[in-house]
Amino acid sequence: MDENTPILQVDGLNTTFYRNGSALAALRDISFSVARGEVLGLVGESGSGKSVTLRSIIGLARRYGDVTGAVRWQGRDLVGMADRALRQIQGREIAMIFQEPMTSLNPLLTVGLQLEETLRAHTDLSRTARRDRATEMLDLVGIPSASQRLKDYPHQFSGGMRQRVMIAIALAANPKLLLADEPTTALDVTIQAQILDLILQLAQDLDMGVLMVTHDLGVVAQTCDNVAVMYAGRIVEQGPVRDVLREPRHPYTVGLMRSVPENLPPRSPLYSIPGVPPGLDALPVGCAFAPRCASCIAPCSQDRPTLSLITEGRQVACFNPIATSQGNAA
Amino acid sequence: MTAPVMEIRDLHLRFPLGRSPGDFLTGRPGRVVNALNGVSLDLIRGETLGVVGESGCGKSTLARCIVRLYKPSDGEIRFDGNDIFAADQRSDRVYNRRVQMMFQDPYSSLNPRMTTGQILTEALRVHEMRPEADIPGRVAELLELVRLPQDAQHKLPHEFSGGQRQRIAIARALAVEPEVLIADELVSALDVSVQAQVVNLLLELQDTLGLTILFVAHDLRLVRHVSNRVAVIYLGRIVEIGDSETLFSAPSHPYSQALLQAAPSLNPDDRGRAVKLEGELPSPLNMPSGCPFHVRCRHATDICKSTRPTLQPFKEQGEVACHNVEEINTHA
Amino acid sequence: MSDVAFSSDRPSFVRKALRKPGLVAGMLIIGFSILLAIFPGLFAPYDPNAIDYNAIRQPPSWSHPFGTDLLGRDSLSRVIWAYQVNMQMAVLGTVFALVTGVIIGALVGYYRGIADMIFGRIVDAVITFPFLVLVIAVVAVLGPGLVNMYIAISVVYWVYYARLMRAEVIAQMGNDYAAAGVVMGYSDRRIIFRHLLPNAITPVIVYWMTDMALVILLGSSLGYLGLGAQPPQAEWGVLIAEGRNFISTAWWLSLMPGLAIVLTGLGFSLLGDGLADLLRPRG
Repeated sequence: MDENTPILQVDGLNTTFYRNGSALAALRDISFSVARGEVLGLVGESGSGKSVTLRSIIGLARRYGDVTGAVRWQGRDLVGMADRALRQIQGREIAMIFQEPMTSLNPLLTVGLQLEETLRAHTDLSRTARRDRATEMLDLVGIPSASQRLKDYPHQFSGGMRQRVMIAIALAANPKLLLADEPTTALDVTIQAQILDLILQLAQDLDMGVLMVTHDLGVVAQTCDNVAVMYAGRIVEQGPVRDVLREPRHPYTVGLMRSVPENLPPRSPLYSIPGVPPGLDALPVGCAFAPRCASCIAPCSQDRPTLSLITEGRQVACFNPIATSQGNAA
Repeated sequence: MTAPVMEIRDLHLRFPLGRSPGDFLTGRPGRVVNALNGVSLDLIRGETLGVVGESGCGKSTLARCIVRLYKPSDGEIRFDGNDIFAADQRSDRVYNRRVQMMFQDPYSSLNPRMTTGQILTEALRVHEMRPEADIPGRVAELLELVRLPQDAQHKLPHEFSGGQRQRIAIARALAVEPEVLIADELVSALDVSVQAQVVNLLLELQDTLGLTILFVAHDLRLVRHVSNRVAVIYLGRIVEIGDSETLFSAPSHPYSQALLQAAPSLNPDDRGRAVKLEGELPSPLNMPSGCPFHVRCRHATDICKSTRPTLQPFKEQGEVACHNVEEINTHA
Repeated sequence: MSDVAFSSDRPSFVRKALRKPGLVAGMLIIGFSILLAIFPGLFAPYDPNAIDYNAIRQPPSWSHPFGTDLLGRDSLSRVIWAYQVNMQMAVLGTVFALVTGVIIGALVGYYRGIADMIFGRIVDAVITFPFLVLVIAVVAVLGPGLVNMYIAISVVYWVYYARLMRAEVIAQMGNDYAAAGVVMGYSDRRIIFRHLLPNAITPVIVYWMTDMALVILLGSSLGYLGLGAQPPQAEWGVLIAEGRNFISTAWWLSLMPGLAIVLTGLGFSLLGDGLADLLRPRG
């Protein structure tokens, strides 16, 4: 779909945490790429590893566990990179925004000061140029009367405005990739719609790649170009949003979509995936989804299916994928 | 139409924020948060009434008033014809038994130091629901009712997942055999697949036990799915109330319309179609004059700035609080 | 359709406790101190009051490991017998304050209102007043002696427990289980004492441990000043005071009871820290 060469290429990423002496397989064999201007969604339930993926890419996870594999960022490998060199990339080339804008802003400093601090760390703009740029950034993210609001503290902003401030800070140094970790989960729907619009608009205008982590398939449908569905630390299905949501092939994706009460007779029983996701310290031998899967066949409980291409642009990790409605499966 | 089991009339709740020393010196009155601004609704026996709105709109406050966690500043709540805040009713524990509530946060709504068995036994014992000898059997029955294994009895809350804890909370509420259940964001903290399990359970229990449910949530799809009727709340006021299917397929109030459009659809082809609502929720500290929605409303006219609209019947089985509802819905 | 995924291993309280070396050390020290306090006769090599004029102010030796005092009494035996008084101080000097403080703190925390405002002023009054001066004043009025000292300490100290308990109860009331109790129609007494108190008491227990060390220190100070235990009763503060004039010639007289104070204080602190760790609520 996208002719651009990828700016970020993740290849065979594994992350392992240790707790009480046992190893937790937080991420296994994660591979995907993000191109300029592309919005890739990482979707999954809590504990699926979607946030850990972001943290492994930007080097936050290696403080707490082992990260192996390759994260290629414009020809350089981020996994093996020294902390110092990585810091030059964090915030400057790759920026990140979080779910809770209040806890990621310093409550004791004005918004203007926090913006300028980012600019001082990542650009060589002069003092007055920084001030202008700060105003420009607040303006860009749609905060009214930007130059006056630079003097305000985070608590003087509403939740939605705070997320805008976070985005302004993240984008201050003109990053080429934005990692967004559930950026709208804490916000109300009407505000969520505004913030998602803003992120999309900025991605387009600044030709920036976005890696959007969310648990909400609706957010994926309305914002992403491509989507990777994660389950128990692995990608189970990947492809263009339109195709994946219209014709999901992995039983887990199907279950996830059917759990959402949309286009259903009122008060009819909702489809629910039986059971709960496995603990990361007790993953099944074969496919991690096999114990909850209705289309489970013999090999599923012994071997682990790998993510493989089934049709143009579509990858699924399943021995027995759901047939498409046209009946032309495989 | 069946008689309402609960009647809420013109409910107001103001939280005073206290006065600063400056206020005392100048004689200014303290600031007040207007959490509820005249909510009236009927709860009909056997129905599920959905209550939707954004955070801070007062939907949880309303739920907490109904179970007497908050005392309203004005207005009344009648249950079976009795004012639940009347002096002779306030200490009436029968009301607590008949109207139960389930909370949003599965991690804080259960006492962390009591096992599931102790939690259920306590409820049964305090309300003398069963003779002492029958209590263990009833506890087992309750666990079965919410599909928890029997060995759950001896476990502490931290040993359960979020979905399992909400089942325990449901079992605790059902232990006292209530008629009305208030579900305040019961499944908001859960993953979708687990949400579905809990919602299915609730609907099933409602059918078998004939419960009346007030379902408070911000997830519109979920509310649409479970409710017979829906009330949309904005800044402590009901702006639209009516039959669930009618309201969701053709909302009449401009706020209901915007709220529905903002909910991200699962269909990627809907992208960019929605008309986005501008601006933010005003602070309940300084409520706009007139219609509280007029500052964000595309259809606002002069009368909206000065006069507060009241709920008026519009279309069949629905009521809308909007001066321009006729024009808005004929244009569309 | 069962969604059972219980973790079957719930490590027992004791096993978890044994994994913390600080806590184990604290338990050993305090456990042994309690033994010494209950059965001093079993451990002390001599009668603590037996006067031996042939062995006056002898430095530590094999027959008298802690030396002897100016009347030839065995210092080790006197330090051991003092455990009885000092450990009793730790318990009796705190337990009244603990119980009163916990109850009052829980009540004002739950009901707030006017009682809470009055309580706030009491707290202000007490914490702004120098504690030792206050206790000395009370003892001066009632006369010196252990019982009066306990009264003096308790009159002041319950405020500290109550303040802690009140804050903790208010924090716990932010949890929905307290609201759920109200909705269930439970009585206030049940909600306060069955639900809130067990969840709120952990920091109070931890504080109690360190407080016992402080009370021993305070009791010894009063003993040293002649306002607490009275000679010839063996009490660490009294023992230190007795050795005061001979600090350059008979250093062991003051040093040994001093070490006992330090060791017991350390034990209570380790125990308090360890318990704080152990009782921290789980996720």
